[in-house]
Amino acid sequence: MTALLEMRGISKVFPGVRALDNVSLTVEPGEIHAICGENGAGKSTLMKVLSGVYPHGSYEGEIIYDGQPLACRNIRDSEDRGIIIIHQELALVPLLSIAENLFLGNEVAKRGIINWAEAFQRTGALLKKVGLDEVPTTKVEKLGVGKQQLIEIAKALAKDVRLLILDEPTAALQENDSQKLLDLMLELKAQGVTQIIISHKLNEIGRVADRITVIRDGATVSTLDKAEISEDRIIRDMVGRDMAHRYPDRSPHIGDVLMEVQGWNVWHPDQKDRQMIKDAAFHVKKGEIVGIAGLMGAGRTELAMSLFGKSYGRGISGTVTMGGKVADTSTVAKAIDAGLAYVTEDRKVLGLVLDEPIVRNITLANLLGVSKNGVLSQRRETQVAEEYRKAMNIRTPGVMQKVVNLSGGNQQKVVLSKWLFTDPQVLILDEPTRGIDVGAKFEIYGIMNELAAQGRGVVMISSEMPELLGMCDRIYVMNEGRIVGELSRAEASQERIMALILQSEGKAA
Amino acid sequence: MSEQNKGIGAHLGGHLRENGMLMALVAIVVFFLIIVRVFEGVDFLSAQNITNLFLQNSYVIIMALGMLLVIVAGHIDLSVGSVVGFVGAFAAVLTVNLHWPVWAVVPACLGLGLLIGAAQGYWVAYWRVPSFIVTLAGMLVFRGATMWLLAGQNIGPFPKTFQSLSTGFIPDVFGVDKPNMTALALVTLSALVIVAMGWRARMRDAEFGIEPEPGAVFVARNLIVSAALIFVGYKLASFRGLPNVVVILTVLTVLYAFFTEKVTTGRRIYALGGNEKAAKLSGIKTERLVFLTFCNMGVLAALAGMIVAARLNSSTPKAGVGFELDVIAAVFIGGASMSGGVGKILGAVVGALIMGVMNNGMSIMGIGIDYQQMIKGLVLLAAVIFDVYNKSK
Repeated sequence: MTALLEMRGISKVFPGVRALDNVSLTVEPGEIHAICGENGAGKSTLMKVLSGVYPHGSYEGEIIYDGQPLACRNIRDSEDRGIIIIHQELALVPLLSIAENLFLGNEVAKRGIINWAEAFQRTGALLKKVGLDEVPTTKVEKLGVGKQQLIEIAKALAKDVRLLILDEPTAALQENDSQKLLDLMLELKAQGVTQIIISHKLNEIGRVADRITVIRDGATVSTLDKAEISEDRIIRDMVGRDMAHRYPDRSPHIGDVLMEVQGWNVWHPDQKDRQMIKDAAFHVKKGEIVGIAGLMGAGRTELAMSLFGKSYGRGISGTVTMGGKVADTSTVAKAIDAGLAYVTEDRKVLGLVLDEPIVRNITLANLLGVSKNGVLSQRRETQVAEEYRKAMNIRTPGVMQKVVNLSGGNQQKVVLSKWLFTDPQVLILDEPTRGIDVGAKFEIYGIMNELAAQGRGVVMISSEMPELLGMCDRIYVMNEGRIVGELSRAEASQERIMALILQSEGKAA
Repeated sequence: MSEQNKGIGAHLGGHLRENGMLMALVAIVVFFLIIVRVFEGVDFLSAQNITNLFLQNSYVIIMALGMLLVIVAGHIDLSVGSVVGFVGAFAAVLTVNLHWPVWAVVPACLGLGLLIGAAQGYWVAYWRVPSFIVTLAGMLVFRGATMWLLAGQNIGPFPKTFQSLSTGFIPDVFGVDKPNMTALALVTLSALVIVAMGWRARMRDAEFGIEPEPGAVFVARNLIVSAALIFVGYKLASFRGLPNVVVILTVLTVLYAFFTEKVTTGRRIYALGGNEKAAKLSGIKTERLVFLTFCNMGVLAALAGMIVAARLNSSTPKAGVGFELDVIAAVFIGGASMSGGVGKILGAVVGALIMGVMNNGMSIMGIGIDYQQMIKGLVLLAAVIFDVYNKSK
């Protein structure tokens, strides 16, 4: 039997990062092939290479599809060959109807005039195929996430799909919706549609996948047949790596409890009956670096943002204690006053005013510190910025440089400077090293150690487990909005964190 | 090319927008000076015409100050023209029909402007209704309210004291009268202050190792600005002195320039317009800031409304029609960005002056309103294309 898809020796380099390094993948016709790996291992990059998001020529290696070389210039090319990818973030237009969405860009039309009768008829047939009982004119926004996911699949079927790629299809779904989706995958397989599923939910993979390819650090580790699939084996392949000397040395001096959160509950801002954080409790001590581990969608960012001035969610309840006293963190300004700082995950969208100079970004959260009676002292402002430029080693020709011109690592140092200038007791760092090259990562780790040494508490949210293990004195593990475990530095290992996540899976409800 | 010259060239390239508008203003003035002299035989920079220029355009400049803040915050206010009409009508009813004294009318009108701004800002800031919609509604509502208040009639004339808001002049405290020594002294003083402040900023930049603009550029710019100021001042002094409006304008411009560059609240408006989410997560009360910028716009529109009414010496249902477009155009010509976060007070003032000089020059040349509109539209487009082009480079 010849393979439907063969990717050989794929390498993809971004400035400063080797995202894929000689990856190979073979997919047989009619199978469901799972790709798993940690966040950032290169799964999505590989799929973007396959689907033409990264055009032919921007990567090394060759792709043989259906016996012929595949050289896509864009997504359109790969779709024409029957390769369709369904991304984690759904790409539906909420205000258009099901029928309009199904044929978007692919309308049932002659000379630009849409034949609605035929479109509705075909919509009906497609909906039946995916097991959805909806009227073609229903607006997509009226459907839940689970049904929207099915619409995405129907949309793929409308394009004569031969190879369907699902990127974390169940990440946003409830348990029974997930089951329905997996059933549908098996049914499509029976109809001869080859599928690739990207997931780190190992129980799901075990249920549908015929073979698994594990990717780690941008390289293929192994491809396992159904008979070889076991959670232990997959976890070992996913995480096993050498961690020596990637983190600066530090001898922690841990003091009293600095911040304590109890009974923290948060609801989704739009979906009223969806609880995002369930009864979370944790604490941070003086001089301690505490990690929060979890998969994407576990609720880590939601927890942090809801704590920081109720910047996320509704119906928030619970108490925050800072230094033994109950603290008011109901607005961002009050949270800052209480001694809290939050360095956001997405620094460009949430952390920086990109078109403004470094100096103005650094002083933004504490303008009172550089002003008198509301009048800014540019002298003082520049002094402050210069101090941080030196302390943080921000590489720039001058502090008047716009932050948009800085590299990711230097931008992150500007954000850290901004928050340090508010003199916080506890800093929550959300994915502080995302999108930063290795050298700058090491510097950021050094800054974190320095902050802890100053007696501040540091909370580090990260999807990279080695980083958490290398940096943290204690790690909380989150899954599905709950804190499902706590591990000391000595206890913590990637296997134990994964195990805590997997054991809690589906038990929530 | 010597090292120094290269520095100047590179600097001008980097600050093309800031110095560019000033140069454009100078170029346009020179252009009209020549054209008007050649074709009409009139002195474009005569004392009388300079006075006229300010009287005719004061309302645009005043409102451009507020509009700059609104636009920097990432919003727009289309209602200001109608508010000008409505407040003018309100002032006419109070003064002419009800015989209120001026000292009571002025605060009442400013208060009305504040209320109007607050009413609109409330929906924009706290309900997140798009400002385009809210102020479009305001534009219709207040135009209608103007007609209703005036019952379709003109109301006037205003008493002398009210008229002096626009047409009055600062008397000469030195008693010389011609040339008006007060005017000369004030103008010379402001030129000195501008140069001194520029020098201080330059010293500070040097202290912190911020690359200063080349000395030649600094000197040239200050020379041009001071010379222009003193020239205008001298001309005004030799005519009837400083118009009250010019004093109001200058004081407001200085205040707002100070506010936007030196005051924490001003800084926060830029952050809000530059990245609202980041501003919010830095502890800035973004809703309240938006609300306040609209309140401020309302007050300035009310002031402009009184000045327009005082100048026309009557309130008409048509007063202020289309003003919002002049004001918004002035702000964009002055370098503000549609997406918010960028723009300077002095830029907006220069933008308003460019519009004003063109209006005035083309009127003197007898160019019809039809061509005037087309030319003004193209100038706006050209200025913004220039911006976009510079950014994409």
